[in-house]
Amino acid sequence: MTLQPQSVATNQPEGEQPVIRVRDLVKTFDRRVLDGVNLDVHKGETMVIMGGSGCGKSTLLRHLIASLRPDSGGIELFGQDLIKLDHEQLDNVRRRFGILFQSGALFNSMTVGENVALPLREHTSLDDDTIDIMVRIKLELVGMRHAVHLMPAELSGGMKKRAGLARAIALDPEILFYDEPSAGLDPVTSAQIDQLMMDLAKKLGVTTVVVTHEMDSAFRIADRMAMLDKGRMLKVAPRAEFEAIRDADPTGDFTNDLIRQFLRGDSTGPLTSRRKNSGYEEDILDAAGM
Amino acid sequence: MGETEEKPDFVFNRIGRRALGGFYYVGGMTLLLASAVTWTFRGLFTRRVSFRPQALAEQMIRVGVKSLGIVILVQTFIGIIIALQMEPALAEWGQQAMVSNIIGVAGFRMLGPIITAVVLSGFAGASIAAEIGTMVVSEEIEALEAIALNPVRFLVVPRVLATLIMMILLTVVADLMIALGGYVAALTVLGPTVHQGYWDRMSTQLMFSDFYTGLIMSGVFGLLISLIACHEGLQVKGGAEGVGKATTMTVVYSIVAIVMAAVVFTAIFYVFVWN
Repeated sequence: MTLQPQSVATNQPEGEQPVIRVRDLVKTFDRRVLDGVNLDVHKGETMVIMGGSGCGKSTLLRHLIASLRPDSGGIELFGQDLIKLDHEQLDNVRRRFGILFQSGALFNSMTVGENVALPLREHTSLDDDTIDIMVRIKLELVGMRHAVHLMPAELSGGMKKRAGLARAIALDPEILFYDEPSAGLDPVTSAQIDQLMMDLAKKLGVTTVVVTHEMDSAFRIADRMAMLDKGRMLKVAPRAEFEAIRDADPTGDFTNDLIRQFLRGDSTGPLTSRRKNSGYEEDILDAAGM
Repeated sequence: MGETEEKPDFVFNRIGRRALGGFYYVGGMTLLLASAVTWTFRGLFTRRVSFRPQALAEQMIRVGVKSLGIVILVQTFIGIIIALQMEPALAEWGQQAMVSNIIGVAGFRMLGPIITAVVLSGFAGASIAAEIGTMVVSEEIEALEAIALNPVRFLVVPRVLATLIMMILLTVVADLMIALGGYVAALTVLGPTVHQGYWDRMSTQLMFSDFYTGLIMSGVFGLLISLIACHEGLQVKGGAEGVGKATTMTVVYSIVAIVMAAVVFTAIFYVFVWN
């Protein structure tokens, strides 16, 4: 399939090839979860993908890490179309990115140190001493050097995420994906994880993609933001534009008002009225057997 | 009721759905087996994929060594039971001395492999399914894939190989324990007609084919148990409840598969080996 970059409006420097390029992505499970999604992420930027529960943002992330295959559309990482790659080529791409899962997804049968060491052992020819040093460096970066011998079951939620992050950066990835990094954390720990994400982006120069619905966190870390709704990309824009929408008064423009309601976390607005009204009469008539 | 009447669910529909489900299941298992075999050979014969003998050893200890005690216990009792059950029936014909011949044939050909397999499906199969299922729920499988490690190579291959090898080794132990159990019963209860010359009669009766056909079957059982366990584990959906279901279904499907395989192999050996 041919990709048409001009069909998508991006506010990015001209001429630079995006690191991640998603075109017309469609995925259907029992309903259409992704409905023609487009997205470009450029080198070194932090992109936050947001949206309510069930909007398709986690599904989009799973496509980006090649864990799901799309029904149609294209996903390019580093200029390579993921759909056309065989297993080996796909593994080569996977070595170039890291992901922090919502739960941390540490391997529970291994210590924290062994978790971080695993990708190094499997994908590099480094000797054990060097790997030990590397593991300590990575753990120090996330402030977890003291936990090298602990088992995942002994860690708190925030510590699990830090350790998972250390494993994600073990192979010095060029892209880091985060799935709901603030979920289940208290506000202070959540802010610490945000700070860590920004530090890593700066120190390692990695491209960062974050999927979240925590707006405080999103506005803290984002360079650009993308809003997904019902499997469609509503808006992709720099953070400042989203801040302007959030702080402005309602304009009557449906899309902007919907985004505003989401960003502010208002209980009334286009998002909720749509949810409330759709199919109500049919439902009542159906229940009455008419 | 609305205007769209729901179609009645005929018995045939349900049978058809079940049959299709069965085909899908067997198909999924076959693909898993093919993938596991491919990764085993790649691990053994190519340099780029390491074989990970340490993981295999860990699994062999977990599957085999830890169930050794139970296999010894159960199979000794099985030997005692057959001896006590057969002796009165044989005594009617004055043939109680043949207890050892019967225990030898029944134990080495079938009871050694099949009872060990049932023990192992509850012991190792269920725990493998629960372990892999929990890994699915806690996103560990996705995490493996994300760091470019194939779950089949990393999890399935060592578990399948370990179960296969340990099932065969445990069957050797089981065969001996059944024979020993019979001897214990003879010695303590059945009297000298049975226990004098017990081992001589058994070794005259048994042929090498009785031994190796049993081991072939036990290898097949080991393969079935581990593949079903891994398959069920990897299919887990929906949290802790899904893990519980996978564990139960592993034991159920394993026992059904073991018995079905036993029928097939018994028929094959009956025609080609034992006659």
